[in-house]
Order: sequence, then C-alpha cells, then structure tokens
Amino acid sequence: MKNILLEIKNLSVSFFTDYGEIKAVRNLNLTIKKGETVGIVGESGCGKTITALSILNLVPAPGKILQGEIKFENKNLLSLNNEKLREIRGKKISIIFQDPMASLNPVLKIGEQLSEVFVFHTELKKDKIKEKVLKLLKNVKIPNPEIVYNSYPHQLSGGMQQRVMIAMALALNPKILIADEPTTSLDVTIESEILKLLYSLKKKYNLSILFITHNMALLSQIADRIYVMYAGEIVEEAKKEELFKKPLHPYTKALLEAIPGYKNNYKKLNYIPGEIPNNINILPGCTFYPRCKFGKKICYEKDIEIFEKSKNHFVRCVL
Amino acid sequence: MREKILEIKNIKVYFPIKKGILLKTVGYIKAVDGVDLQIYKGESLALVGESGSGKTTLARAILRLIPIQSGSVCYNGKNIFNLSKIELQKLREKIQIVFQNPFSSLNPRKTVGSILIEPLIFHKKIKKETAIKEAVKILNLVGLKEDAFYRYPHEFSGGQQQRISIARALILKPEFIVLDEPVSSLDVSIQAQILNLLKELQKKLKLTYLFISHNLSIVRFFCNRIAVLYLGKIVEIAPTEELFKKPLHPYTKLLLNSIPTIDEKRKISFNNLKNSDYPTLFYNNSYCKFYYRCQFKMPKCRINEPNLIKFSKNHLCRCFLLDK
Repeated sequence: MKNILLEIKNLSVSFFTDYGEIKAVRNLNLTIKKGETVGIVGESGCGKTITALSILNLVPAPGKILQGEIKFENKNLLSLNNEKLREIRGKKISIIFQDPMASLNPVLKIGEQLSEVFVFHTELKKDKIKEKVLKLLKNVKIPNPEIVYNSYPHQLSGGMQQRVMIAMALALNPKILIADEPTTSLDVTIESEILKLLYSLKKKYNLSILFITHNMALLSQIADRIYVMYAGEIVEEAKKEELFKKPLHPYTKALLEAIPGYKNNYKKLNYIPGEIPNNINILPGCTFYPRCKFGKKICYEKDIEIFEKSKNHFVRCVL
Repeated sequence: MREKILEIKNIKVYFPIKKGILLKTVGYIKAVDGVDLQIYKGESLALVGESGSGKTTLARAILRLIPIQSGSVCYNGKNIFNLSKIELQKLREKIQIVFQNPFSSLNPRKTVGSILIEPLIFHKKIKKETAIKEAVKILNLVGLKEDAFYRYPHEFSGGQQQRISIARALILKPEFIVLDEPVSSLDVSIQAQILNLLKELQKKLKLTYLFISHNLSIVRFFCNRIAVLYLGKIVEIAPTEELFKKPLHPYTKLLLNSIPTIDEKRKISFNNLKNSDYPTLFYNNSYCKFYYRCQFKMPKCRINEPNLIKFSKNHLCRCFLLDK
C-alpha cells in the first residue's frame, strides 16, 4: 500500500533485569497510514509505552531492542545513528507524554522552551522565532499567548501544560504525533477539550496520530483503527467501528465489559480474574489463557498466530 | 423517612492566603463554602466535580482531619466538632477513609499484618492473638490470601494494595466509609474488581459510603445519589438515574457531555459549551460562580447568587434558569 507512513515489523524489546529477561514487546507488527489515528489499548504493563518509545529509539536501560525494523520514509529508524535520529525526533515524529509537568523543564519559561525547538532545528532569527512561538500557542487555543510565553510551567494548569506540550510537539509540522496517555492526568472536561484540539489539529495538518491509552471509551471517539495489546503482543486489530461492534478476542471483550456503562450495564461489572503475566517465563500457547473464561486445551498446546478473521480484522485466538 | 447517619450543615473550610514578612492573612481560599448535605444509612452518595472543586477537602472536614471555619457535622445526632478527645477516638472506629493512592497511604516499613492489627490493639484493646485472627478474616473478606499477612505493601500490585487499604478501613467494623477516588489509579479490569468488591461489602456489612470521584460512569454504576460540587458549593443533587436523565444545572450538563462513551457513534461532539476556563477560587463571592463558563448566562446571574431550589422531591439545583 502506498499511503503507509510508518511500519513496524517484528519488533522485540526486552529488559534485562536481576530477575531475568522481561520480554516487554514480542514480534510486534504495526502500521500507521497517512492522516490516520491509530490507537493502542491495553492494561498497564502490556508494552504500549515501550512500543511507542522504540519508534524513536528511546527505550530506557536496561531495555534493549532485540530485533525488528521500523520503516519510515524508506529508512529503518533502528539502524540510524543518534545524529540522524535527532533530525527525525521532533521534526518528523514527535511525542507527548502522560504527565506534562514532568516533561516540561521547571526552570525555563514556556517561551524559552518552545523557542529551543526552532533554535535547534531551524536558522530563524530571534524575533522571528518569538512570532512563531506565539502563533503556536494561539494554535493550541491558549487564551493569552503573551502571558503564557513569559510564565513558568508550574504557573499553568494541567490542561494548559498539556496544550504547551502539544504546541511543542507540533512546532515543526511533524508527520506523526505519538500521544502517550495525553489526557490521563486531566479532568473530564479538560480531557474532552484536549481531544477536540487534537482532532482539529489532525484535520488541519493531515497528521497521523498514534494514540496510546487504557481508556477504550476515549479511543471510540478519536481513533480510526485500534490495536489491542496484551503481554507484549497484539491480540486484536480492527477498524474502530468493527472492534466495538464485534470484538473477537476474549481479552478485548473482557476489557469492554469491565467499563461501567458499556452496553448500558450499570448492574454488575465483569472483571478479568488474575493479573497480567510478568513476561519473564512465557508459557507456550496463548498468553491470555490463564485468565480466559473460554480457555480450552488447544489454547496452551501450541503458539497461536494472529490471523485475519474477517476483512481487516485480525485476532490472535483459536476460538 | 430513612435514617440519617450524617448531617452536614453549612460547613465552610477556608485556607488563609498569607503574604509579607509578618505573614499577614490577606484573603482566603474558600475551598468549601457552605455545604449542606444529608447522608442516609446504607446509601452510597457520590461527590463529583473537577479537581479543585473541594471534594477531598469536604471529605476531610467530615472526618475532622482539618479545621473548619464554621458549620457543623453531626454523626448520629452528635456534632463531631464538639467531641472530647476520648469521644473522638470512639468516633474514629465508626468512620473510616480509603485514599486514592494506596501505595502512599500504606506504611512501607510495616508488614500488612501489623498495619491491620495496630488499630485493633489501639482501639479495641484486645490481645494480639485475637487481633491476628481478626486480621486474617478481613484479608479473606477482601479477597487476599493469608500469606499476605507477613508481606510488605510494595510486594503487591496496585489493585491488591487497594484491597489492603480497604481491609484496613474495615478492620474496626465501621458504619461509614469515605472513599476518596479509590479506583482512579487502577486499570479498568482491576477497577471493576474493586468496585464489585466494595459493592459486595456494602451489602454484607451494611455500610454507608461517601464516594468521591470525577468519573461519572463509575458513579452511575456505583451510587444511589449524586451531589455535584463546583468551587466549594453544591450546584445540583439528585438520585443517580434522575441526574443522568434530566440534568438541570449547566455545569452538570457540561460534565455529562464530557464523558467519553463507547456506544455513541459520534466522533467528538463539537458542542459550544465553554469548558476551557479553569475554575479558580479567587472569584468574588457575590454572584454565580459558574458565570464565566456558563452557556446560558443572564444579567441577573452577575448580580446575585442563586440558592439551591427544590425541583422535585429529591432533586435540588442551584441555578436561576429554574425560576421561570
């Protein structure tokens, strides 16, 4: 296909700890098309964030990318050296993190932090840069750009900080924006504002977004295509409408049923017994088998491959 | 008429703003500004609102964990702010709290066992052996194994830690528990486990809950009645289903509109409700606090502050729109 922008092939990431090798991401395949919003959903510890970080080769020690290929504009991002990567980070692919306060520098004013992007990546003059920064702030619908320009991160509310982060990420018109739980630390009202903002910016710049969250409801509003991750693997992939109408994997179903209000259920919630595996000793067969209520003998006898159950709907389950 | 377990009358909690070398008080942040609330036996009352609306402050005031400016909190007819030290200790057995972050509210240097038996020995003055038996019973009740007794909090996952916090709250057999965002730091599937557990326990032990949350879908699942708090004041209070079917206050509508839901086919609704203005507590008190964000504001909203008006039997709302 032509309009594939980013392609992850067979990515495996492991963490080498005192307890053994934690296989955080295993043989993961993922594609992002132009102008598409792709969602990754799963419980904490299932490898969502690590996948996002590996795209920009940011996996922290003791983690290591063992194998795989990340294709972007005919280049394999994993084989680039730091200098080349720096040209892609921020310029072509940028990322926003969950906690805006922790990712902004507390001792620099907002204006200075945003200007850095231009100082580093472009050769604009100082006054030109200021003009650009103010325009950026206006772009993310910050009411008084001049005041925000001269304030420190702690003087802004959480929603405003996240807007600044988005402004910074979009400063150089990247092709892909990775949003790692961008609204988890925010109030519902602010959350819906930020979502609207992301949506309108996406339309405006024809941006591709990789949206990582554990909130299925959020994805149902913003994503086009969704990957469900469990224990470092993709267990289901489908278009949004398809996934919510006809979830196939037991894990996806269970995740949906755990949300109060899904299919107007306000009586008793279904939950998934047990916990996610630690990914050190991976048993053969289905990783979800120990917690699955439909589990059969066949589930643990052999490894299960992901296959196309119906058109564009992939699932890793034998049932 | 159902039996009232707790009655809050016109409670005010102000935090002084101090400035200058002499730390002169130049003003107050009115975190809770005149709240009246009745909590009935056996119900789960939800307190919802954005961060900064005073939910947690109100909960702490109810437990007498912070000093209040004025007002009273009556537990079974007795004002808890007039209690002596010994009476207060007795009260602590009856009212308990579960905090948002289980890890930071459990002592990392103590085993789960000693966390659980300490209140028993202190309050009930019983022997250690009986206390241990009691603690093991509670551990089973919240779905933990007995070997948890000798382990430390960090050895558990977030969901299990929250179970320990709940066990600690239950150990003295309280009647009333304040749940301060008990599930907001947990994954959805774990969240469902904890919510189910709390619901079960309520039935089994006849507990009354005050449930603080900003997640309205959880509240809809969990609670009988909802009080919506905005900048320290209750703006609407109603039974759960009624509030969701017929929200009256513009702020409640805004909150309900902002919940991401799955069943809807819409992508993102571009409603014209203004929700970007973040609430601040420095507002002048003399008019409606929601004025700046309100879609339906009228000139008179700027002059007076509306009172809580009875709309139907159990449905109260603070808005001039109801006057018509």
